[in-house]
Amino acid sequence: MKVAVLGATKGMGRALARAMAARGDALFLLGRDPAELAKSGQDLAARGAKGVGHAPCDLETPETFAPGLAAAETALGGLDAVVVTAGLFATQDALEADPRLLGRVLDADFTGTILFCEEARKRLLARGGGTLCVFSSVAGERGRKPVALYGAAKAGLSTYLEALDHRYREAGLKTVCVKPGFVRTSMTAGLPEPPFAGDPEGVAATVLRAIDRGTPVVYAPPIWALVMLVIRLLPRFVMRKVKF
Amino acid sequence: MTKLLSGWGRIGVPGREILSEDLERITKGAVLSRGLGRSYGDSSLPPPGTLDVVATPLADRILAFDPASGRIRAEAGLSLRELHRVFMPQGFFTPVSPGTKFVTLGGMVAADVHGKSHHSTGCFGGHVHRLKMRVADGRIVECGPDLETDLFRATVGGMGLTGHVLEVDFTLARIPSPWILGEGERIHDIDAFILALKEAGKTWPFTVGWIDCLSSGSAMGRGILTRGRWATADEAPDAFPREPRPLTVPFVFPEAALSRASVRAFNALYYRQPLGRRGIRHPDQFWYPLDQILHWNRIYGRRGFTQYQCVLPESAGIDAARRFLELLTSKGGASFLCVIKDCGPEGQGLLSFPKRGISIALDMAVRDDTQAIVDALNERVIAEGGRVYLAKDTFTRPEHFRAMEPRLPEFQRIRRLWDPEGRLKSAQSVRLFGDKP
Ligand SMILES: Cc1cc2nc3c(=O)[nH]c(=O)nc-3n(C[C@H](O)[C@H](O)[C@H](O)COP(=O)(O)OP(=O)(O)OC[C@H]3O[C@@H](n4cnc5c(N)ncnc54)[C@H](O)[C@@H]3O)c2cc1C
Ligand SMILES: NC(=O)c1ccc[n+]([C@@H]2O[C@H](COP(=O)([O-])OP(=O)(O)OC[C@H]3O[C@@H](n4cnc5c(N)ncnc54)[C@H](OP(=O)(O)O)[C@@H]3O)[C@@H](O)[C@H]2O)c1
Repeated sequence: MKVAVLGATKGMGRALARAMAARGDALFLLGRDPAELAKSGQDLAARGAKGVGHAPCDLETPETFAPGLAAAETALGGLDAVVVTAGLFATQDALEADPRLLGRVLDADFTGTILFCEEARKRLLARGGGTLCVFSSVAGERGRKPVALYGAAKAGLSTYLEALDHRYREAGLKTVCVKPGFVRTSMTAGLPEPPFAGDPEGVAATVLRAIDRGTPVVYAPPIWALVMLVIRLLPRFVMRKVKF
Repeated sequence: MTKLLSGWGRIGVPGREILSEDLERITKGAVLSRGLGRSYGDSSLPPPGTLDVVATPLADRILAFDPASGRIRAEAGLSLRELHRVFMPQGFFTPVSPGTKFVTLGGMVAADVHGKSHHSTGCFGGHVHRLKMRVADGRIVECGPDLETDLFRATVGGMGLTGHVLEVDFTLARIPSPWILGEGERIHDIDAFILALKEAGKTWPFTVGWIDCLSSGSAMGRGILTRGRWATADEAPDAFPREPRPLTVPFVFPEAALSRASVRAFNALYYRQPLGRRGIRHPDQFWYPLDQILHWNRIYGRRGFTQYQCVLPESAGIDAARRFLELLTSKGGASFLCVIKDCGPEGQGLLSFPKRGISIALDMAVRDDTQAIVDALNERVIAEGGRVYLAKDTFTRPEHFRAMEPRLPEFQRIRRLWDPEGRLKSAQSVRLFGDKP
């Protein structure tokens, strides 16, 4: 498989790219920092990926999207899948206290991600199809106290990804929307850990299976599908009382 | 309530791990780095008054690898488990392995770890070419056996006190197959054990002994000696060894579970186990038997435990081990993990633990008399000209440490050159090296 990954330098993106490298997929890395991309490329090459190239691409700078994806297509000599794990997170308190930070998070996780997906969608469709796998979040499933703002951006993103799947699956574009629960990465380091926390390696295995099968929505770790089912069913007066 | 951080012995101090893939960022101004926390005592814990320590495990990228020579450069948080997952299928293994794969490269450098192969391959530091470090004044420097030699010698075995290791450049060992050819032998007493260990070391690259340190009299130090080497491609099964699925200890055991009687029963059973003839062993079973049970440190109960590991030098004579075990049994230090290893020559690290002789390691649940037992054992070890292993230590007193470590002033001199203001420290360095908290 020929895959462009936005966000492979850290966290779940790093783990997913490694799982792809281990089975010999060809990878092209997109991200903010060329030096970091080069190091991650080395790591993936040592783990079996074939010739890992990279190009700059920043979710907060939409002008980088088309050139980044074009570079990936050229270097890979094709494109079967585009993966977006990149995203920005901050706690509700931090976001409420700092409108500039809030602007950045909404911009990166909603506007930036969707603009990037639109560019990827066009390119994949022009090739006759492919897979677009994007990391949203369980935070977008229900309006909840600790993730009112971050969750709003992810809710918008999830809705977009669902519609994309409905609209273009027939034309050959498979959209995979990943909804991680709590996963131990540097994004969540220092936060109190809820039950059912997962690790990036486990998530990577789950997501890789979903990509291969073209599963439209995947919760990772899978138990979060059940957790969110319960949370979606809770009446509003309960949601107003609970802390989560 | 402040959170507690602890080493493998589960004796906690207030502390917090700062985790990130970006070590260069989080090591700025930090007092200490920590890997996977597999050192037993307080070497990876913050000094009193400080909470934050850098945790490296997310910084785990392989940055360069040359399949022709086996030379590799990787970030300090890379674990041995991951290293082997990637490189064993390609025919490489760490040149030196401790008894667990849940350690990081940084931790292996800082403790200058040794293993079943010390008599044949020495300590890990002997295989390192370069370290990239953040030192106390904030600079990033490279050192190695031929570059900033003092810094290198003080860092290898220096328990994190000379700077934060960011990257490690070393050479992997080439292996003919991923399987081990091993054999076990029952040995009836301690003197015979040491002779057998030294004899085995002449022809076998990997040796280790388990001894029953509760039996006394003529059976004192009876145990099982294990010898091994990598199986040749002809001897090895065709299949690649799959990593076994570990069990887990789900909760902290009550104190009473590990009474002297239960340890005695365990040891007697272990000694009589069927040995199995010479044959092919799974590499995980040979190298990492304890890793088959996750969180096994919970069996020692709420108060935690310590490992006492010392080296008894060759100069003390073959009787030194018997004298040590006699003292141990008279003090009632019960342990079902008592490991004996053959040590080759001292490594280049200024505080590196092994020296020619034998090493004895035993686990003890913390009790009211633990301090007294450790004190008594330390006095014995000092009299024999030996020393203890900092990566395991929790209870040694500073005066005992100074008495067993004539290399300490030289280490401190180099440390002060690189860190005149004493910024880098740990709970252990405050306890043992006289650092101010
Ligand atoms: C079951 C078991 C078996 C073991 N068997 C052996 C054995 O056979 N031989 C042996 O030698 N040891 C053995 N050990 C001990 C273990 O190998 C060492 O304690 C090792 O240092 C642990 O590595 P870690 O990554 O967990 O480091 P930690 O325990 O987290 O830290 C250990 C020390 O390394 C320092 N450190 C860690 N990372 C860095 C860094 N990046 N930069 C600077 N300093 C750093 C810390 O400050 C600390 O002083 C064993 C431990 C266990 C639990
Ligand atoms: N961890 C969780 O519990 C959790 C739960 C639900 C959803 N999620 C979502 O899952 C995804 C992955 O999370 P993670 O925990 O793996 O995150 P992470 O460890 O913080 O990694 C984030 C990745 O995104 C990249 N990135 C951040 N901002 C970017 C930008 N503006 N442009 C380009 N790349 C950027 C980072 O690259 P740099 O190297 O440049 O920093 C990094 O590679 C995110 O979308 C997150 O919102 C996570």
